[in-house]
Amino acid sequence: MRTALLLTVVVLAGTAGDIMVTQVMKKVARGEQWTWRIAPHRVGRALARGQMWMGVGLMALAFFAFITVLSWAEVSFVVPATAANYIVGALGAKVLLKERVSKTRWAGVLLVAVGVVLVCAAQ
Amino acid sequence: MISKSLRARTNLFIVLVVMLNPLGNTFLRAGMNRTGAPPNWTAQALVIFFWRAFQSGSVWLGISLLLLFFICYMLVLSWADYSYVLPASAGSYVVVALLGSTVLGEHVPVGRWIGIGLICAGAALVGRTSPATEMEN
Repeated sequence: MRTALLLTVVVLAGTAGDIMVTQVMKKVARGEQWTWRIAPHRVGRALARGQMWMGVGLMALAFFAFITVLSWAEVSFVVPATAANYIVGALGAKVLLKERVSKTRWAGVLLVAVGVVLVCAAQ
Repeated sequence: MISKSLRARTNLFIVLVVMLNPLGNTFLRAGMNRTGAPPNWTAQALVIFFWRAFQSGSVWLGISLLLLFFICYMLVLSWADYSYVLPASAGSYVVVALLGSTVLGEHVPVGRWIGIGLICAGAALVGRTSPATEMEN
């Protein structure tokens, strides 16, 4: 039960953090071409936004939950189980970032989902 | 057409990505296994738990390897396609299971191996799609 709960935190907080950071990076990029010269300015603009820090905080929460679950669960189980972030990430990208997710990508996500279920069932 | 040196550099970084991430996670597991699970979920118990965890050399080695992985991953993405890097790096799920079973002595049942195979296949399929939605026209 505690394993399932913490893995849920790892996947949800990690993916939410990823999505928040992606949203901020897309906003600060403003469609400009990436160059090494403008990289520090872009990172600076990103760090000035509260949403960026919320995203980093969620990623930190995911990391602490990850190392906590590793204190009792096997790494060969925990790491593949966190591949569930492919599923949550695709849903988040579709709903929150309004990205177009192709049928092929959904098929890939479905395969990952079946794989994660098998990994968890074999625990 | 990409040059031989660029291909060699990309392959080198893919190997680094596929090795560093599972190695980092394996060292984290080794360190956390020695730390042991928190006895309860009070704030005080958790502070002591993380304090003990961050005194472990294995945990710091794991974190260092994961930071190196992150740098290699970002670097390879700066010249190689995401759609190439994503499926290629999915091999790390296989490596982590191999390291878990050989180095840490974990028992990996057949069902888990099949699941890991499906995750790799799914990641490869995701990797075949365009990395940017505006390119999918």
